[in-house]
Amino acid sequence: MKNLILIILGGALINNVVLNQFLGICSFLGVSKQMKASASLGGAVIFVMTIASAVASLLYDYVLKPLGIDFMKTIVFILVIAALVQIVEMFLKKTSPAVYKSLGIYLPLITTNCAVLGVALTNVQNEYNFIESVLAGFGTAIGFTLAIILLASIRSRIREEDLPAPLRGAPIVLISAALMSIAFMGFSGLAF
Amino acid sequence: MDIILITTAVITVIGIVVGAGLVFTGKKFYVKVDEREAAVRECLPGNNCGACGFAGCDAAAAAIVAGDAPVNVCPVGGSAVAQRIGGIMGENAEAVERKVAFVRCKGTCEVTKNQGEYIGIRDCRTAVLSGMNLTDCDYGCIGLGSCVEACPQNAISVVDGVAVVNEKRCVGCGLCAKACPKNLIELVPESKQIRVQCSNKDKGPQVKKVCQAGCIGCSLCVRQCESGAITVNTNLAHINYEACTQCGKCAEKCPAKVICVPAPEEPVSENVPA
Repeated sequence: MKNLILIILGGALINNVVLNQFLGICSFLGVSKQMKASASLGGAVIFVMTIASAVASLLYDYVLKPLGIDFMKTIVFILVIAALVQIVEMFLKKTSPAVYKSLGIYLPLITTNCAVLGVALTNVQNEYNFIESVLAGFGTAIGFTLAIILLASIRSRIREEDLPAPLRGAPIVLISAALMSIAFMGFSGLAF
Repeated sequence: MDIILITTAVITVIGIVVGAGLVFTGKKFYVKVDEREAAVRECLPGNNCGACGFAGCDAAAAAIVAGDAPVNVCPVGGSAVAQRIGGIMGENAEAVERKVAFVRCKGTCEVTKNQGEYIGIRDCRTAVLSGMNLTDCDYGCIGLGSCVEACPQNAISVVDGVAVVNEKRCVGCGLCAKACPKNLIELVPESKQIRVQCSNKDKGPQVKKVCQAGCIGCSLCVRQCESGAITVNTNLAHINYEACTQCGKCAEKCPAKVICVPAPEEPVSENVPA
């Protein structure tokens, strides 16, 4: 039990996917302009990452490993995750338009997010079982959501400031993200 | 050799399963999209300016098809777009006159003075918040260019201390009007070139003290106007663009020359339909 809590906490804070492993940076920087959009993206990432981790774990344990072709995991994961997100999108569009609308464009967008693939591969590398994989995916997605919402709120404050011209726009965002990353390094001292 | 065959076979099987799954879900969960929505979206300009009040061209197209918005909802596209959308929706579009932004101030550095030099954030709204009157005239253009920043089309520039709109570039989205802390910018019909270029609501002598190009509310233009399109209230002339026939007599008589005249190289036809 302690192990499972540690996996979630480790994914969310200690090994934060964006600020510590530097995965999923493009959406982290691209969609953090507005709080609302980043919250929607965070929701979509939690949704997709958890499902993708579960499916990838099952596929690896019951298909790739027994057949001895686990070196194909990257390609198989890309294929399956992309298709899975498409199917989930169609399913949501039909069954719950409200959820579909709130996730909006972000659901298909994160099909190609490297963080989603990264989590699936990390789970396999750490030899997690099914439950551990799902929790790791969920925890990592929580970490992503946390990071992007933090950056969005920082950016909404920065917008009101009178910055020197060369720092406006992307430079100050990168500096803020770097400082956040350093701050998150403090969590690496967390030990149980 | 075996390993290659197994790999190929497994990937192929996974590919087929996934493809079949996609086809199946696509069929099973097919949601009918109104094809008119896509057609309407094609007609819209697509710069997602939000001037229609919807969250972008996609949202506007959905609203038009759903009947929540009129076919002429897009002020940027004007009547041409409205007619094409009307064709798709099977309605006659009421003709929409293209509107352009217009800065109601003529207070260049020559005719009005600055009270002092403003050193701070180069933004009109910030400057107004500072509580300092930058120009002698309380109503005039500050010239720090918040509207220039707001304009997505680069249609506004500050010339000699006053914002000027390039009407050829202006799409009438109204973002500059929202940005102006002095509410100097309004959207006017493009064909109506006779406009009052002042916003000062003070009495005549006070206006004369602060600006040589201000409206003193003398009402000479009201007496000149044959169609009764001009009124003076709060010491400022107002033109009713629907009644104005563009005769230009008011502009001739205006002592402060605050009513603009059409540029000579672009003569405006005398009978413009209202």
